[in-house]
Amino acid sequence: MNPSMRELTAIAPLIVVAGTALVVVLVDALWKTNRNLSPALTLAGLVAAIAFSFPALGDAPATAAFGGMVRTGGFTSFFTLVFCVSGLLSVLLSISSVEEMIPVQGEYYALTLFAVSGMMLMAAAGDLVVFFLGLELMSISFYILAGFARGRMTSNEAALKYFLLGAFATGFLLYGIALVYGTTGSTSLAGFPLRTGGLQQPLLLLAGLALLMIGLMFKVGAVPFHMWVPDVYEGAPTTVSAFMSTGGKAAAFAGFLLIFTPAVLLTQPALRDVLAVVAATSMVAGNIVAVSQSSVKRMLAYSSIAHAGYILSGVVAANPAGSNGVLFYLMTYTMMNAGAFGVISLLEKPDGSMLTFDECAGLSRRSPLVAALTAIFMFSLAGVPPFAGFFGKYYVFAGAVEAHFTWLAIVGVLMSVVSAYYYLRLVVLMYFNDQPAGSPVTGRPLGLAALIIAAVALIGFGVFPSVLLGLTAHCF
Amino acid sequence: MEIPLSYYLCLSVVLFVVGVAGVLTRRNAIVVFMCIELMLNSVNLTLIAFSSFLGSITGQALVFFAMAVAAAEAAVGLAIVIAIYRNKRTVDIDKINILKW
Repeated sequence: MNPSMRELTAIAPLIVVAGTALVVVLVDALWKTNRNLSPALTLAGLVAAIAFSFPALGDAPATAAFGGMVRTGGFTSFFTLVFCVSGLLSVLLSISSVEEMIPVQGEYYALTLFAVSGMMLMAAAGDLVVFFLGLELMSISFYILAGFARGRMTSNEAALKYFLLGAFATGFLLYGIALVYGTTGSTSLAGFPLRTGGLQQPLLLLAGLALLMIGLMFKVGAVPFHMWVPDVYEGAPTTVSAFMSTGGKAAAFAGFLLIFTPAVLLTQPALRDVLAVVAATSMVAGNIVAVSQSSVKRMLAYSSIAHAGYILSGVVAANPAGSNGVLFYLMTYTMMNAGAFGVISLLEKPDGSMLTFDECAGLSRRSPLVAALTAIFMFSLAGVPPFAGFFGKYYVFAGAVEAHFTWLAIVGVLMSVVSAYYYLRLVVLMYFNDQPAGSPVTGRPLGLAALIIAAVALIGFGVFPSVLLGLTAHCF
Repeated sequence: MEIPLSYYLCLSVVLFVVGVAGVLTRRNAIVVFMCIELMLNSVNLTLIAFSSFLGSITGQALVFFAMAVAAAEAAVGLAIVIAIYRNKRTVDIDKINILKW
């Protein structure tokens, strides 16, 4: 049974990314002297994957390929775009990273590409087996990337914590898959909601779905499975945190949308309520702890827990408005959070010490461009209207209200107000503080270029949200 | 006399819970990792039991994937433990605690 041409074109972006990853591994082994080749190839591969994903973008719902193992269509293409943008931003920032090993090691770029292909496989999964493989391909690459600054103890620690808790979560996820397989008789995601009705063992299925949900909650970093998030995002090299917190989170949410479809959530009201409570606790805990942080990176880590809560409320909504909101949110979150971590990677010192709020004081005098970019990312993360972050929040909360989860939307809006405090504190320190100390950001043209692209896109999607909504509209 | 499915499932639940308890209580990173492997293998037992009971091959195929993934995870995990040991001369997870607020 040879794959048809249609199937091969359908997964072209995946083939390109995985193929480039293998080429980068070879190039790195054979031409050790040319340090620019691996990053250049990586960028080319990611751009090519974006180009290949365009034809199916905004397409009608999924069609199955490879015997139903892989789905293609608008949903998959949209997520391909999100993952490739996340990878591109992270690679551009990595090339100008101060972390001494990252810019020169080919494995770093190969691992980034492997992680992107794992994410793409997750979003394209038509079967739980493929989803599991994609998730592990992504996670194992992340474990290595988190510990990439081998000589730095914080990076080692981040890798160990991420690895142990990630593998622990894998155990739960796999048990969930096993129970769902045992009760419904198949691992296919096609017709999955239909198979969940009228079973002999509804409790066993509920347990399986609950375990799957626990595994996915670990991966998105929602309370109470968030313990690893602050430590890992703080200890990992900053450009890797930018990648994990955007692409990795988006891929796990793709899993939520594929497995916990509206039909499944509506037949399992208990799980839906649990998910709503988890979303609300994530928003509250993430935001409140973020307020008291002195390290900017750790503040962003806690804020990412809060953002996982906001996005989960779009999943809880279980209606088209909420699901579209999740897609919109993930795309804009990728740009603003990768941008925010990117700013840290430009400002931090090579000695591996954490960037504190105080070190950012008076930045607008030293580096006006970086300060302006930071302000855009922070306003967008806080959800201030002209920027795309506002519409992401608006759509997921609108979905929740439509689904009669008004209390969840109210919690979300109140917590967004809390978040404005710590996001804007950074902006205030940068603009209204007369400390001339510190040196300006110099060089790093690629990193700055990546941040400018992300900032322009955030303003663009904020002014014309319909561009992005047009792409998400046919995904479900 | 055939052993009923529920026996296999109960055994695998017990093994899984032993694994979880080990992860939560043990302090040596390598022992914690072995407990995680125990969890994964208890899932493999569930999968094989279901596969045989349902007469479907999918479960057994998934077991092979799970074993391959576990092997890859072991390679990466032990490499991380070695990297830590080189810097810190310990694999006790209570002593690996620079990161906190």
